[in-house]
Amino acid sequence: MKLRQRLLLTLGAWGVCGTAWADALTGQTEKQAVNVHAIVMFLLFVAATLGITYWASKRTRTTSDFYTAGGGITGFQNGLAIAGDYMSAASFLGISALVFTSGFDGLIYSIGFLVGWPIILFLIAERLRNLGRYTFADVASYRLQQKPIRSLAAVGSLATVALYLIAQMVGAGQLIKLLFGLDYNIAVILVGVLMILYVTFGGMLATTWVQIIKAVLLLSGASFMALAALWHFGFSPEAMFAKAVEVHAKHEAIMAPGTLVSDPISAISLGLALMFGTAGLPHILMRFFTVADAKEARKSVFYATGFIGYFYILTFIIGFGAITLVATNPQYLDGAGKLIGGGNMAAVHLAHAVGGNLFLGFISAVAFATILAVVAGLALAGASAVSHDLYANVFRRGKVNEAQEMKVSKIATIVLGILAIGLGILFEKQNIAFMVGLAFAIAASANFPIILLSMFWKGLTTRGAFWGGAIGLGVSVVLVVLSPTVWVDVLGNAKAIFPYSYPALFSMAAAFIGCWLFSITDHSVSAEAEREAFEAQFVRSQTGIGAEGAVAH
Amino acid sequence: MNAVAAAKIRNNPHFQELVAKRSRLGWILSAIMLGLYYAFILVIAFAPQALAVPVAQGSVITVGIPIGIALILVSFALTGIYVHKANTEFDRLTQAIRDGAAHDGAFVGRAAVRGGV
Repeated sequence: MKLRQRLLLTLGAWGVCGTAWADALTGQTEKQAVNVHAIVMFLLFVAATLGITYWASKRTRTTSDFYTAGGGITGFQNGLAIAGDYMSAASFLGISALVFTSGFDGLIYSIGFLVGWPIILFLIAERLRNLGRYTFADVASYRLQQKPIRSLAAVGSLATVALYLIAQMVGAGQLIKLLFGLDYNIAVILVGVLMILYVTFGGMLATTWVQIIKAVLLLSGASFMALAALWHFGFSPEAMFAKAVEVHAKHEAIMAPGTLVSDPISAISLGLALMFGTAGLPHILMRFFTVADAKEARKSVFYATGFIGYFYILTFIIGFGAITLVATNPQYLDGAGKLIGGGNMAAVHLAHAVGGNLFLGFISAVAFATILAVVAGLALAGASAVSHDLYANVFRRGKVNEAQEMKVSKIATIVLGILAIGLGILFEKQNIAFMVGLAFAIAASANFPIILLSMFWKGLTTRGAFWGGAIGLGVSVVLVVLSPTVWVDVLGNAKAIFPYSYPALFSMAAAFIGCWLFSITDHSVSAEAEREAFEAQFVRSQTGIGAEGAVAH
Repeated sequence: MNAVAAAKIRNNPHFQELVAKRSRLGWILSAIMLGLYYAFILVIAFAPQALAVPVAQGSVITVGIPIGIALILVSFALTGIYVHKANTEFDRLTQAIRDGAAHDGAFVGRAAVRGGV
């Protein structure tokens, strides 16, 4: 066993532990002995994805190819790619670890992460596809003034992408150090360089296929682990749960809700952030423009919901499998009876317990591939906010040719990649637990309200959208800073000024009220024209008439 | 799309039927999803012991586990219901509207869209 050591990896999921999802990739890990199986399998993955990137680069000529793979991705492929984007290494290791330590509570988080998807389908997916082209700012600024709305949307996108990216980079460095025995800085540089290669050369086509391959690998690996764990109990869940209750320190308590969700305000606020934050993440929204039409967009969400739901059921079984097969085996425990490598290693140890060193190497390589796929999607979303929204539409006011916009998007990708490497190294020893939580809060409070209202409310004007979005952004940042996750855990104060860890309930309310108030009091001539333009937008959003067709690949 | 073409489509009975039916289904399914999820969360917040009851005498499995798994399956099933309705009924209505618009010459092609987005 190469993971023999005693230290704390808290490459938790956002969504896990007492401070809930905040617990992102924090904590330190110790460098491990070089894991040959894992490195060989990872190199195979890198070779295959670079081959795909080369293939994709031959087909990526226009901005439409670069941002959206020419709209030629099918609903099924996009569903897998969305699942690939959403099933991060943190949620795989973190949620199975939460099940391992608390049992039932892990299921509560899984459900929270899933239920946003049906809502996205019922209310926004098709309209989004019918109105937008490359970024969600296309939709938000459809009938509003380009300059203020795109600038605000770009700031919201870049803030979300940057926070998410830093969390992924630091997590990647820690995980790779632990699983592969590579130096932290080398791991971070490797992730950054591969991300730049995928995105600058292969654009959305390569990014999509990296996500599809990763989703298939992760789903197959997790399926094998869950089945192998159940096989030990003759495929009887009752027998597995009975054994888990017998051996777990908390006994029957693991079969019922524990203390994770205690006060209703936090529960509702977290639920809102999970649901509507997903609907405001730029890299997720961008995936809706990669399909040909609204029909494929809706199919994407159907498949994505199925794959993500299935994945969460697997992580639940994997967590219980680890209680019965890992926690009972001294090979995986340190002197104090704790898991070697920290609580988040439950799924990794289970991989070894059911499949030996070879399967452990496979799961380690899949975890690395998972991070690569997620950061590639983030980089593309960030680059498109810079090149399509800020450069082409704000700075050049739409007077720009394809070649110039492509060049800017590639430069933006390289700059983002270098920044991500730098920040990943800079934040190595920092407490970054709040970052993904803040990204979701900003997505739910700044991006989501203006997307939703621009499509559903005729009365929304440029002034309302701008101030509402800006208020949502400001309130979510301020409340997160004043909350226990930053004010106490990062800044070291004794007591938080804002008592709840999740600001979404308050910041979303502030954003919606801001949008409404600054819209209804807007009596300008341009506001009147914007209200009148709603009708044409509404017809297009419902029928897709006028939406750009796809280029088949 | 100009305002005249839009108004024409808006007055098309197929369009009104599509919007009414799709909005109703979308909001009903959203309400079901949100209702079930928040009911689950509020039971956990206020009456967690309700989920700790065993499913059968002598079983270690509590009702919370099948309910939780069922919520995941229901989420997927609801998306399936929506997609089925949309692929059949809503797409037929949309096609009828598109045909009508193309017939009226109100169809706006790709070229016009480039400036529109």
